[in-house]
Amino acid sequence: MIHDIEYETMPREALEAIQLRRLQTTLAHVYANVPFYRKKFQEVGMVPADISSLADLRRIPFTTKQDLRDNYPFDMFAVPMDNVVRIHVSSGTTGQPTVVGYTARDIGTWSMLMARALAAGGAGRGEIIHNAYGYGLFTGGLGVHYGAERLGASVIPVSGGNTQRQVVIMRDFGPTIMTATPSYALHLAEVAEEMGVSFDSLKFKFGIFGAEPWSEKMRDEIERKLNLTAVDIYGLSEVMGPGVAIECHEAKQGLHVFEDHFIPEIVDPNTLEPLPYGATGELVFTSLTKEAFPVIRYRTRDITSLNPEPCICGRTLVRMNRVTGRSDDMLIIRGVNVFPSQIESVLMETEAVAPHYQLVVDREDNLDVLTVKVEVGEQSFTDEVKGLQDLERRITKHIKELLGVSARVKLVEPKAIERSEGKAVRVVDNRDI
Amino acid sequence: MTDYIVEEHMQVEHMQVEQISVFLENKSGRLSEVTAILAEAEVNIRALALADTSDFGVLRLIVDDTEKARQTLKSNGFTVGKTDVVAVEVTDRPGGLHGILTMLHDAKLNVEYMYAFVRSSGDNAVIIFRIEQEQEAIRLLESKGVNVIDGQRLYSL
Repeated sequence: MIHDIEYETMPREALEAIQLRRLQTTLAHVYANVPFYRKKFQEVGMVPADISSLADLRRIPFTTKQDLRDNYPFDMFAVPMDNVVRIHVSSGTTGQPTVVGYTARDIGTWSMLMARALAAGGAGRGEIIHNAYGYGLFTGGLGVHYGAERLGASVIPVSGGNTQRQVVIMRDFGPTIMTATPSYALHLAEVAEEMGVSFDSLKFKFGIFGAEPWSEKMRDEIERKLNLTAVDIYGLSEVMGPGVAIECHEAKQGLHVFEDHFIPEIVDPNTLEPLPYGATGELVFTSLTKEAFPVIRYRTRDITSLNPEPCICGRTLVRMNRVTGRSDDMLIIRGVNVFPSQIESVLMETEAVAPHYQLVVDREDNLDVLTVKVEVGEQSFTDEVKGLQDLERRITKHIKELLGVSARVKLVEPKAIERSEGKAVRVVDNRDI
Repeated sequence: MTDYIVEEHMQVEHMQVEQISVFLENKSGRLSEVTAILAEAEVNIRALALADTSDFGVLRLIVDDTEKARQTLKSNGFTVGKTDVVAVEVTDRPGGLHGILTMLHDAKLNVEYMYAFVRSSGDNAVIIFRIEQEQEAIRLLESKGVNVIDGQRLYSL
């Protein structure tokens, strides 16, 4: 179902006129209220009034995750704190996480976009949504929640974890829509099976899955095991949260970007030159309606391509293809963003064990498992087994505390970690997704 | 008197035995690599014990040339540590070891680990002890008439 017929099926020309008007407003807003953006404009000798067409957007410098970190916690906010009603924090960053804020109107916009997304994924009034995204600093749980209420669906704020209780709720309440990370959905399926609860006897029709990379193969598996139609949802807290783009259940071929609120671009991650439709590169977003935390040409680091072809669902919005990778070394472990450099600093802080380490990611029983291999040097070596086991425990504990992910620490011999042309191979991702 | 104490102290210092320890991943062939490297270097292994978990192990060795063994293993990429341990002659009859452990326990000296030496010394067995306060342990055992074997004698047993 299309929630917002007017905007979601708008002719491209009318849509672009709205985009330009909103872009000009946003640029004037950040120029006036965010010193960071004003400086960026000044560096290239521009003022917002110089932007007279959508093509002019490419003259404006990019914004990176590091820029957001440098302005921690609130310096990127474009409104006084009096007007901020919500704060979220991006997942899994040590020291300086990325903090984002929302005005009441931003929450309204986000809720409306999430309502559109849920509707595109098969939800509507009368449907019961089992929302297993985590509630908290992470945008997933609350993002879906507000959207569901806006749509008029019944939402169960079950959040993540306590899987057996979730299965009981699924059996007893009969939810028809599942929202979760794809790996958690498969985990739920397994636990249900162990408990003797068959998804064939449950009432699920649709599942809206995201917050981590997945594949067509995984979609097949989820649809088969959970007996529902699965669609992909995309978003990131820096741009808004979930609901930036959504796959329609009719086509299940790429995610419609809500272009009346965000302009997507694809750029070459090396030259940063804009690429045409169809070309694969890094996805960049400019927000058009956000008040508290607008982003201008924000580099997501996600690698994908854009498809402008009309869709059978009737939406005129461009579609982004599945994210196939990253232009940096970030890993997403059970929905938490992890950079190898963060693990390195934990190791440095824990013991003098760095820099010889390697992160190995596997998927076991449909859950991501992170193993941190650490070479044992003379400083960290002791001839007592319990001393070495203590070292493993200390590292595991610090990683959990600082990054919020559970890791297995495995001590290895010096030079055990593969080197490629003298450089240690930092990340081995064995997830077949 | 002062001189006497210094002398006694020096004597005790010589009584400990040097042990080297090697970090090993739990995978087949690693132990034999260590023995091959030592054989090549003509280092004789006098005693050996392996402590392991499912992931890794710590190999403890007493050899006739500690420094040579250590350098050779290090240059072959192993992480090698050096620890002082105490070698004690234990009467080879029921209760022999128990008597020694009781003495250490009563003196609140904690044994981190222990293992048996390959050869015996006359009629007695030789046990290697790792004790945090090894000087104190040596003094205690000697004062109780227990025969503590020094490194030189042990390496040539």
